[in-house]
Amino acid sequence: MSEDKRLLLLGDHAIALGALHAGLSGVYAYPGTPSTEITEFIQLSPLAKERNVHSAWCTNEKTAMEAALGMSYAGKRAMVCMKHVGMNVCADPFVNSGMTGVNGGVVVVACDDPSMHSSQDEQDSRFYGKFAMVPILEPSSQQEAYDMMSYAFDMSERLKLPVLMRMVTRMAHSRAVVKVSDTVRDTNNISVPESQLDWVLLPAVARKRNDRLTAMQPDLVKAAEESKLNILAQKGKARMGVIACGIAYNYVCENLNEMADYDVLRISQYPIPTQLVRQMAERCESILVVEDGQPFVEEQVRGILPIKTTIKGRLSGELPRTGELTPDSVRLALGLKAHDVREASQIVAPRPPQLCQGCGHRSVYDSLNEVIHNVYPDTKVFGDIGCYTLGALPPFRTLNSCVDMGASITMAKGAADAGLEHVVAVIGDSTFTHSGMTGLLDAINANAAITVIISDNLTTAMTGGQDSAGLNKYEAICLGLGLDKNHLFVVEPLPKNMPEIARIIRQELEYKGLSVIIPRRECLQTLSRKNKQKAK
Amino acid sequence: MKRDIVLAGVGGQGILSIATIIGDAAMKKGMYIKQAEVHGMSQRGGDVHSHLRISSEPICSDLIPRGCADIVISMEPMEALRYKPMLAPDGWIVTASSPFVNIPNYPDIEAIYAELKAVGNVRLFDAEQLAKENQMSRSVNMILLGAASHALGLDIATLSESVARVFGKKGEDIVNMNVKALELGAKCSQ
Repeated sequence: MSEDKRLLLLGDHAIALGALHAGLSGVYAYPGTPSTEITEFIQLSPLAKERNVHSAWCTNEKTAMEAALGMSYAGKRAMVCMKHVGMNVCADPFVNSGMTGVNGGVVVVACDDPSMHSSQDEQDSRFYGKFAMVPILEPSSQQEAYDMMSYAFDMSERLKLPVLMRMVTRMAHSRAVVKVSDTVRDTNNISVPESQLDWVLLPAVARKRNDRLTAMQPDLVKAAEESKLNILAQKGKARMGVIACGIAYNYVCENLNEMADYDVLRISQYPIPTQLVRQMAERCESILVVEDGQPFVEEQVRGILPIKTTIKGRLSGELPRTGELTPDSVRLALGLKAHDVREASQIVAPRPPQLCQGCGHRSVYDSLNEVIHNVYPDTKVFGDIGCYTLGALPPFRTLNSCVDMGASITMAKGAADAGLEHVVAVIGDSTFTHSGMTGLLDAINANAAITVIISDNLTTAMTGGQDSAGLNKYEAICLGLGLDKNHLFVVEPLPKNMPEIARIIRQELEYKGLSVIIPRRECLQTLSRKNKQKAK
Repeated sequence: MKRDIVLAGVGGQGILSIATIIGDAAMKKGMYIKQAEVHGMSQRGGDVHSHLRISSEPICSDLIPRGCADIVISMEPMEALRYKPMLAPDGWIVTASSPFVNIPNYPDIEAIYAELKAVGNVRLFDAEQLAKENQMSRSVNMILLGAASHALGLDIATLSESVARVFGKKGEDIVNMNVKALELGAKCSQ
């Protein structure tokens, strides 16, 4: 292998390059940490450009999943990328893609975020794979992430099923040297499914498709048992066995040279390879399950093995029940002595992230607080997902909720329905098009007494400034949904305009119907990037 | 050879550039590399850190075990102190001394210095001032990298070649300035 074929790649980049080399025709995604860099890599790739690979951002994960399924219908290989909570948004098409099956290969990449570095929950996407009854892959290294992509697309086309690729933050956002292939597979030609009805999930068809999918399950288990990705290593007279899933395998290996006798079963392909688990259990009195995220394997292994085997893991307390794994927590669970560690400093203070100095969201919150503190202290502000969620923290302390993409508007409506007065929703421009528009239609149809603030910074800021799907269309969208034009306001969130913005907020809080205020000023980060590029 | 390095700072201070240079240098030497970074919201003025592992042998974990880091390189003194539990018994801390105060409860800076010095192997110096004096205020990170070179086991010539490769597109002036910054930093560690 020549030296120039060794690249230092983020896990996300390894996936992107692996997919391109596997003949990808389109990536469909909405930005979300830690998945964003997969799509960005493809957007900047000369090979993708040369091949005209689709890579423009989608409005949300559901539109992304459906578009990918459409591309697959036409015979081409498509990839969908998202952060774990994006799986909730696309759950409907994702689960049903197991029923339709695929034509061109489909790989769905879900990047989980154990420890919630940039997320609101710790959900484990492997449950979705099991729920949809499709194969799941989980790489334990960047090299494997790269290699897995062609394996995943081939498997998807062979089984005619989508494949779920599960990543975690520490794999997505960690770099390592990856050897890449000299050969690049061609993209597929257009070809549509032979059957006219297979993709029409009417009950009569769906029952047949469900039978097909269900009948395939033993084959999927067998495939996992025979997969070169699942390896059972047996050394000495093992008493304790270890099942290590995906990245957890690295934390086990980190400590392996200090372990005398052991069995280690590495799982990187699911369903769980039942026979390999049983084979290990024959030699082991206890089995430690090491997996990042939720106890997905641990729970299932309890159903596979006889009662005499002790199963240890997150459920039994050997490993922490929540939070990402570390080499240290795994070390202790393996029964090894902790490294000597210096005491943590008692004077170090937390340094939480904050809105940039001069950011337009700041003026929005300052204006809102002006009204809340001086006029209507009973005001409740329902927030949403983005940089502006930081408005919940000091110095603002303005927000009362942040649940999921788009929940600000619908929760505000529900609270107003219940009888709360002075109700505000704060949502960003990209979040609004992602999942806020339908909720706004509900609110407009009911003329709910809420004030919706669409804080428009012309970009998807939190994930690094990706295109915002509704750019320059927000007034038109609101009016098109039926908003009274007398209650639509566009303001520029600058400190000097605060009195005017506060006046409008107060006036619309007093109005017993629906209003939309759009504070609009470009994100400072995006602006400075643009200026730098101009200077070049 | 194996070095486990924690890079620390505040979002936007340029710790990832340090990682890029070390990574490039290690790769040229044919070493294995793993580097876990932080992206996303945490970059907005919050604390950021990265685990960088380089080794002539294959590396398992992307994360460095606690108590095992050979060196902590920090752009900011309190951020250096935050990772004290990561440090190996004979590990080094190389940190800029000037505080970045963007929180109301920033601790007494003299107390931070005292606790840092108590660690033993510490290079605590005003990298920011040094950069200003030499008209290279955006190369504080490279000065720190230079100061850490002794503990990294990577010489200035190797790191300079990496600077030339990584910053090459930005032009000769930028490369020369950053190479000079490495050399200035290396002097501080003597």
